[in-house]
Amino acid sequence: MSASIAVEGRGLVKRFGDKVALAGVDISVPTGTVTAVLGPNGAGKTTLVRILTALSHPTEGRAVVAGFDVATQPDEVRRRIGLAAQDATVDPLLTGHENLTMIAELHQLPRRTARERATALLEQFSLADAADTVVGSYSGGMRRRLDLAATLVADPEILFLDEPTTGLDPRARAELWEVLETLLGRGVTIVLTTQYLEEAERLADDILVVDHGSVIARGDARSLKRQVGGDNIGVVVSDPARLDEAARILTDVTGTEAVVDRPIRSAVAPSERGVVDLASVAGALTDADLPVEDLSLRQPTLDEVFLTLTGSIAHDDTDDLQGSHR
Amino acid sequence: MTSTTIETDAEPAPLEPARTGPHAPRGLVHDAWVLARRGLIHMKREPEQLSDATIQPIMFVVLFAYVFGGAIQVPGYEGVPTARVYREFLMGGIIAQTLVFTAFGAAMSLANDQKNQAIDRFRSLPIARGAVLGGYAVANILKTMLPIALMSITGYLIGWRIRSGLADALLAYGLMIAFAFAMIWVGMLLGAVVGSPEGVTGLAFATIFPLTFLASTFVPTAQMPGVVRTIAEWNPVTTLSDSLRELFGNPNTPVQPGDPWSIAHPVAYTCIWIVVIVAVCAPLAIRAYNRKNVA
Repeated sequence: MSASIAVEGRGLVKRFGDKVALAGVDISVPTGTVTAVLGPNGAGKTTLVRILTALSHPTEGRAVVAGFDVATQPDEVRRRIGLAAQDATVDPLLTGHENLTMIAELHQLPRRTARERATALLEQFSLADAADTVVGSYSGGMRRRLDLAATLVADPEILFLDEPTTGLDPRARAELWEVLETLLGRGVTIVLTTQYLEEAERLADDILVVDHGSVIARGDARSLKRQVGGDNIGVVVSDPARLDEAARILTDVTGTEAVVDRPIRSAVAPSERGVVDLASVAGALTDADLPVEDLSLRQPTLDEVFLTLTGSIAHDDTDDLQGSHR
Repeated sequence: MTSTTIETDAEPAPLEPARTGPHAPRGLVHDAWVLARRGLIHMKREPEQLSDATIQPIMFVVLFAYVFGGAIQVPGYEGVPTARVYREFLMGGIIAQTLVFTAFGAAMSLANDQKNQAIDRFRSLPIARGAVLGGYAVANILKTMLPIALMSITGYLIGWRIRSGLADALLAYGLMIAFAFAMIWVGMLLGAVVGSPEGVTGLAFATIFPLTFLASTFVPTAQMPGVVRTIAEWNPVTTLSDSLRELFGNPNTPVQPGDPWSIAHPVAYTCIWIVVIVAVCAPLAIRAYNRKNVA
């Protein structure tokens, strides 16, 4: 199935002097899917993107993007990718339209086609009104949208987005997500880096959790969550007097001691069997004729996943940790 | 659900062999021109960037003409009013100095772009190698037209005249542009190697500035003491100044029998420098730029 792999990196290592920015990362992105590289500042996300976009040579390892080796055929790679770097790299002294036209021309489009393409993209990214305004006076969100438009000028097969929404307010972030989701609909392959778990969960098929230059976990949001102990079943009872009874049912079904929270009349227990247990709990509650306000199967949040994963790396050896996830 | 479990990389599939793609013809000239237009828009939007090409040369012409004008005697023109001779003598030198300073402007524009990441965008585009620097070179050459024109006009207003024929005058202007082109590549090399605007300013003041004074720019070399005079006589800034004076038919120190070859053949000597500077600095600058940005 290697023909359908859009981005593949093997054993990527990057050292800057004594500092190890990447300590051997493998990445494999199937065509038409979205992979999020999730990690805190300094985890090596940007370094990875720079290597995959031929902006930086790996110290060790090899990367093939769109079928071309980034080390030996960087121009072939550049022709097929779009990169939105962390700081929007649109030119602040040029207008939105001038920026896009310039980039289109540098992609070897004829001048007239380039202008038309710029106009169409500005329209598509709701920037038509600001087309002839100097980018220096754009808001952060507008600048990011323009930057994204710029990466799409030449219809790239693969998009690299380095922290596309960092520094944006929630509304601008939501707007950008919508734009990205329309791109996903078109089958573009996307590699994005982010510090936001919510963003990775919403946009990505696959998530690589990186810390200190190493991948400490990978999988989709669901499987990552499962790594930190599965789902939780929660019950909120109507009658506080019967909370202990409900907790006992939970404990019996899941085989784990339920945690009771009296003020909110709730009992919670982790469950490895998930939905199966949920159905059993529901049945037992009905049989006992126990009125319930809420019954839910809740996944741990990605924040909890991430804290568990990166919290342990501070104490444990990296290899040890990776081993425990296999 | 098993499909979503953590990937085990026990048996990695081999990396897909690299495709060999067709190498589309690369439009260095086209790409450089697109980027040069960007540079020109910058100048239009931020006219204060141009002060080194506008206000400064005019100010220098006026200052030197009126402050030093009466004090410096050009050998061979004793008897003619000193100030009038000096003003015409001055023009060749001050134009030469301004052209040397174009290196500084070129270095700054490159350093600024490296600072604000614009370079990363260009580097992620499939553009011709050298196009980015070529674009700077073209934009800066066009920018150089401005001080050349302004100084010609200012010079005319204070009494400088072209006293030679049309062919010589055109040759003089051609030499100016060629020299500016060479200096722009010096600036590119400086900007690519140093990288930061602050570093460029420091280095430029330590090197470019003294170079323009250790020359016949403002004072005839004949009046300089031993070693300084020798350095000045072989300094291309001297020979450029002398070339312009000669080609415009302006006053210049007459060539003596014992003068070095550079002083006797200023135009040829200057042209050699131009060729050597471009041949050395352009490839080095492009290499330094590419290397620096693939760290």
